[in-house]
Formats: sequence, C-alpha cells, structure tokens
Amino acid sequence: MSYTLEHKQLEAIDDLLQHDLIDMGVTCVLLIDMAGNIIANIDNGKRKHDIYSLAALAAGNFGAVSAMAKIIGEDEFSLLFHKGKKENIHFSRVSDEFLLVSIFGNQVSLGFLRLKVAETIKTIKDLLKTAKKF
Amino acid sequence: MAFINPKTKEVQIKIVYYGPGRGGKTTNLEYIYSKYDHRIKTEMVSLKTHGDRTLFFDFMPFDIGSVLGYAIKIQLYTVPGQVKYNATRRVVLRGVDGIVFVADATKSVREKNILSLKNLYENLKSYNKSIFKVPLVLQYNKMDLAEQGIPLLSFDRMQKDMNAQLKVPAFPASALTGTNVIHTMKQIIKLTLPSVQQNLKEEVMS
Ligand SMILES: Nc1nc2c(ncn2[C@@H]2O[C@H](COP(=O)(O)OP(=O)(O)O)[C@@H](O)[C@H]2O)c(=O)[nH]1
Ligand SMILES: [Mg+2]
Repeated sequence: MSYTLEHKQLEAIDDLLQHDLIDMGVTCVLLIDMAGNIIANIDNGKRKHDIYSLAALAAGNFGAVSAMAKIIGEDEFSLLFHKGKKENIHFSRVSDEFLLVSIFGNQVSLGFLRLKVAETIKTIKDLLKTAKKF
Repeated sequence: MAFINPKTKEVQIKIVYYGPGRGGKTTNLEYIYSKYDHRIKTEMVSLKTHGDRTLFFDFMPFDIGSVLGYAIKIQLYTVPGQVKYNATRRVVLRGVDGIVFVADATKSVREKNILSLKNLYENLKSYNKSIFKVPLVLQYNKMDLAEQGIPLLSFDRMQKDMNAQLKVPAFPASALTGTNVIHTMKQIIKLTLPSVQQNLKEEVMS
C-alpha cells in the first residue's frame, strides 16, 4: 500500500509553506505523516538539518504525546511546543494522518507563529484531501 | 504506508524490526550501519536507557538506488522489545510497510518469542492490518551461541513455533557476527518493494 499527491498539489503546499511561514521568519517547516514520511520540507536556506531523523522523531514524539493524552482522558493537547535558547520547535496536527512541524528562532513570537500555522493548516488540509491511495 | 513523491521523485518506505527484548534488533541495525556507512549519510538515531536498552526506537535512513526514476528511501526502525513498552511499540508500528521479526534462538527464551509474535499480531490488528498480509520476514538470531555450548532451539523447532501458520521467509542469523543480517534486510525489501513498485508504475503511467 502506498499513497501519493499530485505534483501540482505538492507545489501548492511548498508555495504556501514558503509564503505563510518561511517568508514570515520561520527557519524550517516540515509536513510529515504519522508514519514519519516527509511530504514537504522548506527552509530558509541558512542551515541544513537532518530532516529524515527529525521527521522520524517528530512523528514518534507526537504519537507518544497523543497516547499520553488518551491515558489521562484528553483527546489531544492543543499546544505542543519546545523552547530552546535560539531555536524553538512547534508541532501542529493537520489531520489524523498529517503533522506540521515548524522550527523558528526567537525573533518570531509563539503567538504569531500559532496564528500563522493555524491559517496555513486550513488550506493544507484541503490540498491533502486530494491524496490518492492505491 | 509508503509515500510516493512525484515532485522530489522519492519513495519513502518504512521497515520495522520487531521482536522480544534483547533479541538483537538494535544489533541488526548497528551491523547494517557498519557495513553501509558510505550510503547512510546521517548518524543512527538511538533512543535508549542508561542500561543501553531501546527505550523508544532506533532509526536509520537507507538509500537503495532508484526504480522508474524514483529514489527509494528505506527507513529502518526498531521497536523496544520489553513487554512494558507496548504503548511506544505501537507508535513505532504506525504506517509500517514491512516487518522483520527478530526472534532469539536461545532455548531459555522460547516463550518470549511466541509472546512477542502474538503481540505483533495484536498491535497490527489495532491498525486494521493483518499479520498474514503485511510483508514479513523472520530471523532466528544468535545462532553463533552454539559454538559456546549454549543450548539453542533448532531451525525446525523455531519454524514450528513461529512460522507454522505464517509461512514467510525465515533465516538463521547472527546479528553479532553479521551472518545473514544483510540477507534478511534484502529479503524484506524484496517482499515490500513489489506492491510499491506496482503503485509507482500506475503513478508514472497516469
Ligand atoms: N551472541 C550473540 N549475541 C547477540 C546477537 N545479537 C545481539 N546480541 C546481544 O544481545 C544483547 C541484546 O541485543 P540488542 O540488539 O540490544 O537487542 P534488542 O533489544 O532486540 O534491540 C546485546 O548484548 C547484544 O550484543 C547475536 O547474534 N549473537
Ligand atoms: Mg533494541
């Protein structure tokens, strides 16, 4: 079993991530599925991360946090965020299958990032609905 | 579920090494890493306890060349084998495309293999997947211990215990010395690729 998205849709996702997040000062954005596969990945070109490891860890981390939420009787936690000295990382569920991971520096405020991410996700959700499963 | 990306011309496939704790899953990945470090551009990710036991998973991306112009990226994972870590084990299993079950051929741990296989069956079921349909290879590990006079289960005994119903490819191995480690990996890739390849063909033709 596999799934795919059309070239056109992937391009639209890239454009959206670039315009809504990277152009607003976000360092790096990854759109991944819950298995840890990378659907899209855009960065500001300044630093290269090991994105495959990052995606595997992000999917695992998100899965673990979701399982924790269930154990304590929550559907999900609404804010998933880790703060570093220079870089921060924010996770946002797009749908049951997809996750958006944003890495951003301290020049971007968390409130602003959350707003932007929420906007972006609305559009991405529709684009991802066109995914074709075999 | 494998992801076919027509923009980057990449296919990502998830292979999980499953099995009882201390069976040799992590050692399999370490051996692969040591043999193919030129193909693996990053460090192996290992989330483990102070006692060197896998706490969450090991992860290693592995490029195996291209098919129909698409680069095939194999993502190798191991799960924590200890019974108590089932919640995290399930997380790692999500979206799996192919599984290597690493059983420990040491006689004294026979029950653990059987319990772990049952646990795999149940965890797959929780994702609406059938152990009888998912690409699966069995590995009977630690065969080298025979030389030290440690009692092992015979290949036939292991087949009866683990593979009587599954009837999937199974190999005796030693993750420590490397015997059949690469072979096992090649077999699971060989079993997992055809369906993805078929999908890829449809994708390229459309
Ligand atoms: N003799 C022998 N020891 C092994 C073999 N494979 C793994 N081990 C040892 O068994 C222990 C557990 O291995 P590990 O890979 O961490 O098991 P895991 O829990 O399945 O990941 C370690 O001490 C390994 O060195 C093998 O083929 N032969
Ligand atoms: Mg391990």
